[in-house]
Amino acid sequence: MIPTNAPALAPLIFLLAALIIPLAALRIRRLAYVLAMAAAAAAAAVSVGNIFRVLESGTVHYRFGGWPPPLGIEYVLDPLSAFITAVINLTALVVLVHARLTVAADLPERKHVPYYALVMLMMSGFNGIVLTGDFFNLYVFLEIASLSLYGLIAVGDRKSPVAAFRYLVIGMVGGGFYLLGVGFLYINSGSLNMADLKAILPAVGARPEIIVALCFMVLGFGIKMALFPLHGWLPDAYTYAPTATSSLMAPIGTKIGAYGLLRVLFFVFGVNFVTRTVPLAQVISWLAAAGILYGSIMAMAQDELKRMLAFSSIAQVGYIGLGIGLANPLGLLGAVLHVLNHGLMKACLFLVAGNFRMRLGHSRIRALDSGARRRMPWTSAAFTLAALSMIGLPPTVGFFSKWYLALGTIRNRSWIFLAVILASSLLNAVYFFRVIERLYLRPAMQDNEARETEGRSEVAPSMLLPTLVLALSLVVIGLLNVVIVKGLLVRFLPPGLEFAFP
Amino acid sequence: MSAPAAPSLLPLLAVLVSLAAVPLILLSSRRPRLRETWTLAAAAAKFGLVLALLPGALQGRIAVFGLFEIVPGVRLELRADPLGVLFALVASGLWILTSLYSIGYTRGLNEHKQTRYFAFFAVCLSATVGIAFAANLVTFILFYEILTIATYPLVIHKETPEAVSAGRKYLAFTLSAGVLLIAAAAWSFLLVGDLDFKPGGIFTGLALAGKTAVPLFLLFLGGVGVKSAVMPLHSWLPAAMVAPTPVSALLHAVAVVKAGVFGLVRVVVFVFGPDLLRRFHLDSVLIVLAVTTILVGSLLALRQDNLKRRLAYSTVSHLSYIVLGTALLSGPAIIGALLHLAFHATMKITLFFCAGAIYVNLHRENVSELNGTGKIMPWTMAAFTLGSLGLCGVPPLNGFVSKWFLGSAAVGSGRPLLAGVLILSGLLNAAYLLPIVQRSFFRRGSGLEGRREASPWMVAPLVLTAVLSLALGLFPGTFHQLAVRVAAGLFGG
Repeated sequence: MIPTNAPALAPLIFLLAALIIPLAALRIRRLAYVLAMAAAAAAAAVSVGNIFRVLESGTVHYRFGGWPPPLGIEYVLDPLSAFITAVINLTALVVLVHARLTVAADLPERKHVPYYALVMLMMSGFNGIVLTGDFFNLYVFLEIASLSLYGLIAVGDRKSPVAAFRYLVIGMVGGGFYLLGVGFLYINSGSLNMADLKAILPAVGARPEIIVALCFMVLGFGIKMALFPLHGWLPDAYTYAPTATSSLMAPIGTKIGAYGLLRVLFFVFGVNFVTRTVPLAQVISWLAAAGILYGSIMAMAQDELKRMLAFSSIAQVGYIGLGIGLANPLGLLGAVLHVLNHGLMKACLFLVAGNFRMRLGHSRIRALDSGARRRMPWTSAAFTLAALSMIGLPPTVGFFSKWYLALGTIRNRSWIFLAVILASSLLNAVYFFRVIERLYLRPAMQDNEARETEGRSEVAPSMLLPTLVLALSLVVIGLLNVVIVKGLLVRFLPPGLEFAFP
Repeated sequence: MSAPAAPSLLPLLAVLVSLAAVPLILLSSRRPRLRETWTLAAAAAKFGLVLALLPGALQGRIAVFGLFEIVPGVRLELRADPLGVLFALVASGLWILTSLYSIGYTRGLNEHKQTRYFAFFAVCLSATVGIAFAANLVTFILFYEILTIATYPLVIHKETPEAVSAGRKYLAFTLSAGVLLIAAAAWSFLLVGDLDFKPGGIFTGLALAGKTAVPLFLLFLGGVGVKSAVMPLHSWLPAAMVAPTPVSALLHAVAVVKAGVFGLVRVVVFVFGPDLLRRFHLDSVLIVLAVTTILVGSLLALRQDNLKRRLAYSTVSHLSYIVLGTALLSGPAIIGALLHLAFHATMKITLFFCAGAIYVNLHRENVSELNGTGKIMPWTMAAFTLGSLGLCGVPPLNGFVSKWFLGSAAVGSGRPLLAGVLILSGLLNAAYLLPIVQRSFFRRGSGLEGRREASPWMVAPLVLTAVLSLALGLFPGTFHQLAVRVAAGLFGG
């Protein structure tokens, strides 16, 4: 029983939790968090188990209600979806451990229950997007995730409703584009199933409707992943959302869009279609490269740490977009590995920002000084390690992303993109060392000196531990990159882009 | 490589031993004596481990330790070949003396954050020996970047605005170099599928076109050229002199900059190979750069009043002796280059130690303030004199030996003009170093009443390094044998 429905388990666990939490917490509010944690732990366990299942027995299909695919909805657990779900569910689990105290600090108590319910709903949406094999079902989950996310952003500080509204409008437009694209595909092919479409599309050929459908879908996912210049919703949303929301959406949210892009481009339309028939991949890589530079330069100018991280995310999503746009195996491996790597780095950095907010009451870069570091030595150390990883220094994960992406660009002889990736390392160094310098070298300011006498005041273990676990994972996963890439990721490579390392 | 490789834990232990000392140093931050004991123990252990690798390297048995695949197709691997052992021997040996000296220096100045200082020093040494033993480009890059980052806290140690801006400059240069090196390694990997250092180069089976070979070499050169302070990539080095003097002594005269030239040797003869370089006249490019750096560096040194900056420009100039010896692509020249890699270290570290002793003792850092110092600090200034004479190439100091090899190799390879450059540079060395000696011994100083020699913690190491310079000049045996081994592996008997 269990093996056959494995693909559907993770989204259902979260969906179930989203339904149970409001009921169970009617009497005891604290149950909301307990249930959310339990669901997240279960989903993480299931998705890690799924990786081994895929490695053992290959792709697993699950038909909802037993209906065969072109009619019914199919869930597909292949190496790519297994990897992505494991990444997002594990990240979510770690972030949720951290979230208990920040949610308690950021939100009034009556909002806790709906908050956790919405988190569950969002995670259910994300898992569904990744696991479904059906384009319309994907749209449904896309909207579930987005709608929950609007709520999760809007409960933040005073400016957050505006940010949420902005995301609502832009996100709806993105969803609309995607749905239009799916509609065009359906009219011209008669199918919504991805595997089915993959078989039908070559026969349909490069009709204008098909090309428009592809462009609309790419546009939709481009907005969701904040691919430059479709990133307008992101900076405000990340900045003003509560800590828990931004540390959930920054590592996970945009990656889902990137996943959709990857799926549509290479698993449905195929590499020849998206590079030769319609040179969309090239367009994506140029936009991504522009985004890398834009995000990095904007990040330098920010005063709020969370906003700096937001612009940095736009740049880092550019890495993923660039890897996808290169449309060669090394680029794709780099892009998918960076989904994991950037997830870990950004989660760690947003938790650090949350820790600063918890103890210092702010996360403004200009107000950070060595007094802050002395009070929070471990948080500062985690920040430094994550920053080094963002710069791409070995043996942290950032270096390995850079390595695969550099291999990808050189293989395509795309020297400009190689230069962009390398320059981005240095730009990262500029804006991260700006913070590190303040934390370690700037004498404590006056009002901090009074507090300094209190000595060390790190955040509670439930916040510190997740931060440190993520920071350590940057080195551990970095050293394990070969296991991940050779063991799992090379198996996801789409037809036409298979690759074996020497 | 034809030489037999023997699996051995020693290279790994030699790398890790100073890293293992870091937590101990951090934990004993409130007990300075214990903390310094850890440093000294780690330094002694490290030197012992490297020494244990020496006989094997001399006999051509190469200790290898492979860990795991660090990126697909490339293993994290350490390999103590003669070249690596030579560099590791210099770095770890001088670390012992520098540690002793550091104790005197930091206590003499009552430096702040000594724990951080000693901890990062230990990390730097791990990285340096890792660079020495790296068996392939990726392992090399790993340690090279760790060295970059671990040096940064030492450069900005004083935490003054000047130190912070020097730190920024240092990072800007070295991180840029790092990404160029990564690009070069990635490109080479796609060309060859293997990044292990091989005598004669890794591209031997491929007929590389000029439009690949030349940009690739320039990327590599950018990558290792910064730390080797080849002009115009040198300007971080004088700026980094704001660091405490032991840092300047060991890192900016030995470990970091020698890691740069060591990397250059690796790239030139173990990645590219002499044939490829000659085919595209890249050796001439290197020679021109080296000659320019030697001469301009010396000229700039003449103009510095700040003693440490003068020594820094002197280092810039001397590093290019090694670059020059490498670029000549012949057995005798590489022997000269490697001897200079080792010997310049003992001489320059002596001079820096002296500069630090003067600074701690008299709080003077400018050449123009050194009048009469020889009378009150005779040991220090005697050591300074020996080091200076060595750098000028006066026999029987070790500087003469390496210059002799370099000069005769230049003549032997049909470029006698280059020997002329070396002689001219020797004269320039005399011009910027000997006036200091002359001032300190033969001019009357002021404000020196009641001052005495610096603390024995500092004087003993600097006398030892000076004596070492002399001893190595008289008995260059071990280093010469190692260098001959390297040359034999590269260019045949």
